[in-house]
Amino acid sequence: MTHPAIRFEKVSRHFGDVKAVDAVDLEIRDGEFFSMLGPSGSGKTTCLRMIAGFDRPTSGEIFLDGKEVSSLPPFERDVNTVFQDYALFPHMTIDENVAYGLMIKGVPKAERIKRVDEMLDLVQLPGYGQRKPSQLSGGQRQRVALARALINHPKVLLLDEPLGALDLKLRQQMQVELKSIQERVGITFIFVTHDQDEALTMSDRIAVFNLGKIEQIGTPSEVYENPATSFVAGFVGTSNLISGEAAQRITGSKKTFSIRPEKIYLEPSTNKPSEKMFSAVGTIRDVVYLGLFTRYLVNLEDGVDLVVIEQNINSTSMDVLKKRGKKIRLSWNKEHISRVGN
Amino acid sequence: MPSKAHGEKASLGITLGAIGTLLFLHVPLWIIFLYSFTTDESTYTFPLPGFTTKWFGEALKRADLLDALTLSLKVATLSTIAALILGTLAAAAVYRNNFFGRDTVSFLLVLPIALPGIVTGIALRSAIASMSIPFSFWTIIIGHATFCIVVVYNNVLARFRRMSSSQIEASMDLGANSFQTFRYIILPNIATALLAGGMLAFALSFDEVIVTTFTAGQQSTLPIWIFSQLVRPRDRPITNVVATIVILITFLPIFFAQKISAESSDTEGDSK
Amino acid sequence: MWAIKLNRLSAYFFQRPKLVTLLLLSLPMLYMLIVYLGALVSLLINSFYSLEEFTGLVVKEFTLSTYAQLLKPTNLGIFRRTAVMAMAVTLMDAIIAFPLAYYIAKFASARLRTYLYIAVTLPLWSSYLVRVYAWKLILSKEGILSWFIDIFQMNFVLDWVLSIPGVGGSSLSLSPLGMFIAFCYIWLPYMIVPIQTALERVPNSLLEASSDLGARPAQTFRKVILPLAFPGVVAGSIFTFSLTMGDFIVPQSLGNSRFFIGQAVYSHQGTAGNIPLAAAFTMGPIVIMIVYLLIARKLGAFNAL
Repeated sequence: MTHPAIRFEKVSRHFGDVKAVDAVDLEIRDGEFFSMLGPSGSGKTTCLRMIAGFDRPTSGEIFLDGKEVSSLPPFERDVNTVFQDYALFPHMTIDENVAYGLMIKGVPKAERIKRVDEMLDLVQLPGYGQRKPSQLSGGQRQRVALARALINHPKVLLLDEPLGALDLKLRQQMQVELKSIQERVGITFIFVTHDQDEALTMSDRIAVFNLGKIEQIGTPSEVYENPATSFVAGFVGTSNLISGEAAQRITGSKKTFSIRPEKIYLEPSTNKPSEKMFSAVGTIRDVVYLGLFTRYLVNLEDGVDLVVIEQNINSTSMDVLKKRGKKIRLSWNKEHISRVGN
Repeated sequence: MPSKAHGEKASLGITLGAIGTLLFLHVPLWIIFLYSFTTDESTYTFPLPGFTTKWFGEALKRADLLDALTLSLKVATLSTIAALILGTLAAAAVYRNNFFGRDTVSFLLVLPIALPGIVTGIALRSAIASMSIPFSFWTIIIGHATFCIVVVYNNVLARFRRMSSSQIEASMDLGANSFQTFRYIILPNIATALLAGGMLAFALSFDEVIVTTFTAGQQSTLPIWIFSQLVRPRDRPITNVVATIVILITFLPIFFAQKISAESSDTEGDSK
Repeated sequence: MWAIKLNRLSAYFFQRPKLVTLLLLSLPMLYMLIVYLGALVSLLINSFYSLEEFTGLVVKEFTLSTYAQLLKPTNLGIFRRTAVMAMAVTLMDAIIAFPLAYYIAKFASARLRTYLYIAVTLPLWSSYLVRVYAWKLILSKEGILSWFIDIFQMNFVLDWVLSIPGVGGSSLSLSPLGMFIAFCYIWLPYMIVPIQTALERVPNSLLEASSDLGARPAQTFRKVILPLAFPGVVAGSIFTFSLTMGDFIVPQSLGNSRFFIGQAVYSHQGTAGNIPLAAAFTMGPIVIMIVYLLIARKLGAFNAL
């Protein structure tokens, strides 16, 4: 029977009084692309460091492929890491950097050379072996770091915000590439990020971290469409959270619900609401024209603000900007709300 | 980050003052070179009565001088080795973690060069004397090591701080244990800092006179030999030659140490 | 297997980071605590002992009589003479250092700045004794300075200066004035570097703003540059002051028979074997330097180091 690649059992890590990680339970399946998403200080990086062995849990147990590893040092774990700053060795060539793990293991030189070349091909840097890290661009260094970490064929590959330092275009390109490399090598990837787009694009599953706890684990669509908590709703994508009196007036229940801005229709205030829809009347307080779409800030009658996004299919900037101050009806499909806990 | 050069030109007064100060710093050293070629044996007459290179040959024949030089080289070598070991250990400890009292460690190490040399000298002398230890070659080294450690410590610690700490983690992550990480990652990273710190420590020890006067017994290091000539000039032409040689011997390591530090801060500039 | 043993050992240490820090620290700290701090403590203790005049042996009993000896007029004179010299040297060095520091910080191109920096610090590292020796050559009666003075027919000025009591002497190379020149020369780089550092931190926009507001260069200099460079001057003065005070090489080589603190310490412990008195003498510079450092910290000098 196969074990999960990683299992956390009631893992906590305290720094003095601060509970960086607080009794986390977690299972990461073999071969999946798993993201840990959360703001800085949410505990995701501490979890990653405990898997790598740089940090030890204050309490709880970590299993790697069914084996308890939480007291093993990093050099005795079948886990490799791509560091946020890449951590390439500046005094070594690219070849030597990539071959480092094999050299330590005592793999013969001929085989080392062969496998380094394979790896550099995989990350699309053939022929760069003789250069020094300082001669490469940020994106290239990142690929070298990836090759260096993959050459040992670890059970699990950890990636600590590896795309953070790249510019937007390169980042998007690397997202696609990382995903395809992961599929090719079949290794479990654990990807730490604070960027929700990145997590949604690449992952098989996402764990959303907040204040040392996991708020929700699920596929990207589950996390996006059915956020389990108001934190998840707010952190993953933009979301309108409505609670209390306003929620009661719209849905008939005081329970908090969330609705994504792109699911809301803007209609003339005179339109009658349909049976399948929830709706509310408000005034457009602000309009931001963003080319592809327009973002409206709508003030409901009872003082709640909602963000609405509308694609500019038929409208120009002139049209949308004129809508400021207009009274308007908002409506959305009843199925599109999700009830969230707190 | 130094600010960019000022747009305006320096005024004549500033420029002349700057040139004057530079000359004041360097001309005396040129004069020493000049005097090592004088034919004058008993005074410091200027202009030189004549030129000769014979004193270089004479100096090499002087047994007392060669003994002093050998002793100085031995002392400097051993003090440097002690400083390299102790200074690197202290730098590694301070770099590794924020333990309680790390400022105290830095303070304690800086003290021997912050206090006047005479304080270190007389303190060591009174301690050594009160323990009835005979003054010897080894007491000189014990004294020199106290103020050489800080030079190595400063150089190595600065290098550690420039080195990204994730390099060490990356090495362990890739399967290297602490010893392998030290050999393949840490040592190559700090090698030039060790070299630069070692050279500075060597120059410092080679040139030291104040602490040495208090910690030496009958031994005469080269600086002590020069000092005795300063107080009571007996071998003027020989002293001139020795002074020139000493300048050259101390200049070279310092020059290379400066070059190494400048170069390594250039190549690692992007990781700062 | 060696490799496995090393791995085990390494893992053992990895799990005990505090133990590793302790091990790393133990050797250098034991050395500094036992050798250096131990010596300083021994110095302090010795200053409370006294010397038996007739036998020449140190009496190991607590007494303040050694400190009382410091209050003798001759010894007070030594303290005063040393302090005046240290102050004069500090002041003079600040004046000579300023133009070069200012030039390096504000006018030199990046490339020139590197060279000038090396030009300033190289003498600092080169042999201290040899640099003192250079002044022995320059200042001697038949030396290069006298030759120049002779050419310009300024002998009467030199003779007049040498005849001033407390400044002059039989020749420049055996006079307080000669010592003063040598001290200024030797510690000068210690003054240039901190002033330069302080001036580099003054943004150029501030200077431009001042001239923009109608200040003439002299006014900008006095109202803007000098106050901002002051912490650098104080930082530099820590070195020039402390080093002058503790030195005995220069007074011994270029001075006359009137002692400075360094010489007093040197001779008391040497020929007389009076370590208690030498130790008590040393407490002078230590106390003065501690007070000086406290004042300097108040003036913000440590940021300029």
